Amino acid sequence: MSTMQKFVGWIDERFPLTANWKTHLSEYYAPKNFNFWYFFGSLALLVLVMQIVTGIFLTMNYKPDAALAFMSVEYIMRDVDWGWLIRYMHSTGASMFFVVVYLHMFRGLMYGSYRKPRELIWVFGMFLYLALMAEAFMGYLLPWGQMSYWGAQVIISLFGAIPVIGNDLSLWIRGDFVVSDATLNRFFAFHVIALPLVLVGLVAAHIIALHEVGSNNPDGIEIKKHKDPVTHIPLDGIPFHPYYTVKDIMGVVVFLMIFSAIVFFAPTFGGWFIEANNFIPANPLKTPPHIEPVWYFTPFYAILRAVPDKFLGVVAMGASVVIMFFLPWLDRSKVKSIRYRGTLYKSFLTVFVISFIALGYLGTQGVTVLTTNLARGFSVIYFAFFLLMPWYTKIDKTKPEPERVTG
Amino acid sequence: MKKFLFALLFVPLLAFGSEESVHLDKAPVNLEDYASLQRGARIFTNYCLSCHSANAMRYSRLEDIGLTKDQIKNNLMFASANVGDTMSISMSPVNAQEWFGAAPPDLSVEARARTPDWLYTYLRSFYLDDTRPTGWNNTVFEKVGMPNVLWSLQGEQVLKKSADAHDENAAPEFELVKPGKMSQVEYNAMVGDLVNYLTWMGEPIRTTRQELGIVVMLFLGVFFILAYYLKKEFWKDIH
Amino acid sequence: MSNQQVDRSKRRFLIAATTAVGGVAGVAVMVPFVMSMLPSERAKAAGAPVDVDISKLESGMLLAVAWQGKPVWVVNRTKEMLARLPKNDSFLLDPKSEQPQQPEYCKNEWRSIKPEFLVVVGICTHLGCSPTFRKEVGAADLGADWPGGWLCPCHGSKYDLAARVFKDVPAPLNMDIPPYKFVNDNLILVGDDSKGA
Repeated sequence: MSTMQKFVGWIDERFPLTANWKTHLSEYYAPKNFNFWYFFGSLALLVLVMQIVTGIFLTMNYKPDAALAFMSVEYIMRDVDWGWLIRYMHSTGASMFFVVVYLHMFRGLMYGSYRKPRELIWVFGMFLYLALMAEAFMGYLLPWGQMSYWGAQVIISLFGAIPVIGNDLSLWIRGDFVVSDATLNRFFAFHVIALPLVLVGLVAAHIIALHEVGSNNPDGIEIKKHKDPVTHIPLDGIPFHPYYTVKDIMGVVVFLMIFSAIVFFAPTFGGWFIEANNFIPANPLKTPPHIEPVWYFTPFYAILRAVPDKFLGVVAMGASVVIMFFLPWLDRSKVKSIRYRGTLYKSFLTVFVISFIALGYLGTQGVTVLTTNLARGFSVIYFAFFLLMPWYTKIDKTKPEPERVTG
Repeated sequence: MKKFLFALLFVPLLAFGSEESVHLDKAPVNLEDYASLQRGARIFTNYCLSCHSANAMRYSRLEDIGLTKDQIKNNLMFASANVGDTMSISMSPVNAQEWFGAAPPDLSVEARARTPDWLYTYLRSFYLDDTRPTGWNNTVFEKVGMPNVLWSLQGEQVLKKSADAHDENAAPEFELVKPGKMSQVEYNAMVGDLVNYLTWMGEPIRTTRQELGIVVMLFLGVFFILAYYLKKEFWKDIH
Repeated sequence: MSNQQVDRSKRRFLIAATTAVGGVAGVAVMVPFVMSMLPSERAKAAGAPVDVDISKLESGMLLAVAWQGKPVWVVNRTKEMLARLPKNDSFLLDPKSEQPQQPEYCKNEWRSIKPEFLVVVGICTHLGCSPTFRKEVGAADLGADWPGGWLCPCHGSKYDLAARVFKDVPAPLNMDIPPYKFVNDNLILVGDDSKGA
């Protein structure tokens, strides 16, 4: 026995190292037919790690103080060696996190990855998405630019729409009568430690649940139905390591190329990732002429604005996120994957994606009669996708699922 | 179908257009042109730095555009003594508020907040207006608090014809009523240098960043080739 | 899965090559993060050479200035103080300044460029406290033979008026003499000893 084996043996007697390696990697059997859409889970994990590491280094020079915050970011950009790279990685990472997560969620929609027995994976995922939104929202205040400031002011004021407790609640969140130093300081605390802990915990739960039931695949069928009679390994399953590790390395490199292209050549991404107004220090006395949330929040912001009543607008916005939690129980189709669904579901999904993107676009635009009416129409489609799902998925003409995975 | 959906995800990125309805002239920005940047730095320290600060900018950083410490100290520094100092000013924001109606903003990242084109057009769009307390107005920044500090160079102009508010391409027309020390061509070139400098100052690392980016992309290209063949080699096993 | 036809050596090569390139990438990514913890431009600017005007520094007095955030003392030593220095030699750890605690041009019995003006970084070489200036000869608490110098309040290390450390105290070295030069008779530049400019 080699020294290495002895060492691992010593650890295994005290900590299930080899057992965990096997359960989660070398003997975790994933369907062999994963396609392009299955890169985004591991990419999300990569971005999370990147955000945590760059974030730790940013805190070394950032000052969570209303008088100092704005200039401390510029200090990082200029006076700290390589600070610009770390900051751009973090700001680009924030947006790329949402790009990756949205594609990951869309994969789930297409292939029915939320269906039984994976309901909890979806629910944990939705909690992750909520925590990520909170994390991004609080992080966006920290540069203390005009967009940071007024974005936070508007979003926190939304809580004021809640009857009876609303005003006290938003006062409590801010810790002051307007967004101020107190707000900045507490958002910093939540952003750098509280929410990252929640995120990491939820990621663990998400993956544990996934590895308990096994991964779905583009055919939406269970590979565990057909196992080798002797080894009990699914016939269509392959060990995650090495097959999907080497595949994911390839995916990671491609992702890093896109990521680096943005960081090095277009870090503000034409105002989508870092807005021009955020280069103006926060001024509590002057709202910029046109304010909008960062792109990843704009679909929900458009839904909010589409409703003429303040309270109902907030309810609609909240509902548009919360309704996604119920997806596993709204879908009544006999099949999971879009490959075997009928035209009805395909049409609904297409229209839903178009509405989501259109809402995202409208959320960045100023309010006119036209945009408001468009936003209303798309909001109705957005909700119809979910609320009519029990009906259209049931009557949809599905194709028979194959016994074994294809291609 | 899948490709269609995927393409749709990027549609809003393409559809994003400028919402600025004011006509803006294209600023002649060239960050490789050190001579222009150095001229711009000189104009900046001469004309802007008395009212505007650039608190994030250290004088020593001007070494990046080819100036030596001694040149910086002798030609560009008037108040501070140390080349490592930032371009701060002594005017208090409270006084400034009283004199100008609004404190002159710090210009460290002004080019990133406003865009170079905006600055280039703004600095050439001052005109005489009796209704304003300073006697000056601006077609790009209506009722601006800042007077035309470059008037002795540009001369004095009046607004002959306002731009059509509905037409983004229409520029307002000015008429020079009193010539300055510079011809219009010289003045435009000077403002161009100044805006070039302001753009550089907004992000002094920009050229380095792009150069490094090319190295990183090439490296990742090599990495991708290896990763691709590694994946292909292992996936031979899977049928 | 048929492992028979697997080309082992090709696979090993690709694993090694990818690992190597990935390793390079990993190290390359670490560099900016490690470098970001070095002194920033602000710290360097604060650490720039400082001018010290000694025209008003009376004989026997100490002037403290900050250089790189550290206390730097300039002492205008009296004739008596200088005369006492050689007498301390037998009680000192490094009377001849053999240890590289001073620039070459200060490796002399006064540890200074001009005998009367001592320029020294006022940080105890033991654990980094700043010693107290105790110039009074034979101070009550330091014994009748105290020749004047510095006493560190933290662990009692003692230095003479050339900032040389006494024997039998915790500090292992003489206090550090920074690079400096006389711009003119009244002006010292601490932190820069270059000939030009």
